[in-house]
Amino acid sequence: MQIRFDKLGVVIAAIVAYAAFVAPFATFRANRIVPGQARSILEALPTATGTLLLAIIVAAALIALFKTPLVLRLAASVVVLAALALLIGVAGTFLTPAGDTFARVSPASGFWILIFAFTLLVADVLTRLNLSPLARIGVLVVAALAIGLLLISGRWDSLSILKEYANRADSFWAEGSKHVTLALGSLAAAVIIGLPLGILCHRVERLRAGVLNVLNIIQTIPSIALFGLLIAPLGWVATHVPGAAALGIRGIGTAPAFVALFLYSLLPVVANTVVGLAGVPRAANDAARGMGMTDRQRLFGVEFPLAFPVILTGIRIVLVQNIGLATIAALIGGGGFGVFVFQGVGQTAMDLVLLGAVPTVALAFAAAIILDAVIEMTATKRRVETA
Amino acid sequence: MIEIEGITKRYDATTVVDDVSMVIEPRTVCVIVGTSGSGKTTLLRMINRLVEPTAGVIKFDGADNSSLPGYELRRSIGYAIQGHGLFPHRTVAQNIATVPVLLGWDKARIKARVDELMTLYQLDPEAFGPRYPHELSGGQQQRVGVARALAAEPNVLLMDEPFGALDPIIRNKAQEDLLAIQKRFGTTIILVTHDMEEAVHMGDKIAVMDAGKLVQYAKPAEILANPASDFVETLVGASERPFRLLSLGRVRDAVENGSAEGEAIPGDASQRDALAELLWSGRPALPVKGADGKPLGRVTVDGLVKRAARPA
Repeated sequence: MQIRFDKLGVVIAAIVAYAAFVAPFATFRANRIVPGQARSILEALPTATGTLLLAIIVAAALIALFKTPLVLRLAASVVVLAALALLIGVAGTFLTPAGDTFARVSPASGFWILIFAFTLLVADVLTRLNLSPLARIGVLVVAALAIGLLLISGRWDSLSILKEYANRADSFWAEGSKHVTLALGSLAAAVIIGLPLGILCHRVERLRAGVLNVLNIIQTIPSIALFGLLIAPLGWVATHVPGAAALGIRGIGTAPAFVALFLYSLLPVVANTVVGLAGVPRAANDAARGMGMTDRQRLFGVEFPLAFPVILTGIRIVLVQNIGLATIAALIGGGGFGVFVFQGVGQTAMDLVLLGAVPTVALAFAAAIILDAVIEMTATKRRVETA
Repeated sequence: MIEIEGITKRYDATTVVDDVSMVIEPRTVCVIVGTSGSGKTTLLRMINRLVEPTAGVIKFDGADNSSLPGYELRRSIGYAIQGHGLFPHRTVAQNIATVPVLLGWDKARIKARVDELMTLYQLDPEAFGPRYPHELSGGQQQRVGVARALAAEPNVLLMDEPFGALDPIIRNKAQEDLLAIQKRFGTTIILVTHDMEEAVHMGDKIAVMDAGKLVQYAKPAEILANPASDFVETLVGASERPFRLLSLGRVRDAVENGSAEGEAIPGDASQRDALAELLWSGRPALPVKGADGKPLGRVTVDGLVKRAARPA
């Protein structure tokens, strides 16, 4: 039998080889701000465990390299990911001198690259398996549960990022909920304002170019500049409009962050609404009018359902973008995970930066998967129902 | 009866439809024919007020069509267009039920009507009702489009190039089906086309439009025999004229006494088909049979050629 290579597998195997044998697996530091020392897999783990991990990685890389059954590829990558997740915790305990509360152990580039390579393999397998949208959400839930269990079990408590968490557990959840509120709240506001605005732009052609251009210009203002620009007007509102200050409107803080995120969200929502409505087949629209639908009936019965997947794509862009952008809100006292990122940068404590960055990335990633699945469900509903 | 009186549509300086007056008799098929830009579609769309006229009146059985809100008027008039305009997110059954639902019919009545129309159009309601338009062939989609237009039992059906997107064989079948259904329900049909062949085949009367003006409005035979202008003559097609004239007549009307050899041609076939068969087989005469299979006589090349000559 001829041996055949898997195209993506070749790339993954090369990355894995570098990450497992050249790049450091973990970083050890005597305290949280001194430069770290690299540790390879064999240095970071007890010899037997380290050898076992290397063997698992090599075997999985070989499975990825050649054309192998999808189920085998899936199993191999899940085993490696699980082993990496468990053993990085072991490395933390192994590397930390007993009783030393200042020493910090964190995952290093090799670990992150291995995670990336095998996540890529899982994603490739899942794509090729052609999972239904619901199944994809299911996979996401299973992965989230697994990570949650690991966190609760305390197996990662020896890692630096969780030591930072342990010091800030209360503010972590407070900032987290602020972050989500900022991202979702500004999205909701953008949908409430943007949808009708998009419909209006679709109906009134003269309005369209003007509105879209203004939103385009807003989109090009750097976020920090926009926060700055909002300080003056919101400050004015807070001092001159009775009751505004009581509502929490101030020149700095949550209000300008919310307004900025809302403004950034408008363009994708309005633009996708316009594009979606313009994509409704002319003949369907003409037939709808010709059969005696009122404008309202046509909008809700024909145009809106047909444009919905495109509008939802805009909402997906906004949500992922907002989860990322909300990080900047911390700069002007708006709170969110960005608080840890900027504190970490200020203290040159990378672990603290990660404490803010990792949950942000995870949230954005989960939001993207869930909304992609929803978009696919709405777009293919008519096909699935009759399949 | 539909009376169109001095109807005009202007967009800024351009006059698209210019002072058109005509009367369409009930239970007939009126075909509006013209080149693109002749204003034929605009004229059609003013009948159900998808386009509001600049001047003039259109009356249905004496009632001005502007006395109702536009959407209510349109619910009472069937409307079918080229490319069918089916709603891609609704099933075939839901598509057909569009106007009955707008009119608030009860569920049982809607279902009965949808099933009736689908059966009429040879689409099994069980199999095709729950399907989506993109799962149907072009011919099936077109039939659903017409069924949808007829769903609320309108007295008047407007059609804008309804067969434009079909291949010739399916188009023929669709035209025959439409004529059969028109006879069955007694619907008044106003059909827009640029195809003179279709106009002659379908129309009880043909209205020829050119540059917004109604150039001639007459029975097909009259249009073929006495075109009102050079434009109409070009549209009719000088080389096609005799054959189009023959296509208007049935073989049974050209039967002569006597007998002939070979396979008999049905009396319902068009005289053009009979002549084509004679020319192709190189025979001077063909036997003719009735619907019951009994011989009626024969048709001859000579007889048909005389009938193809310009009427006096």
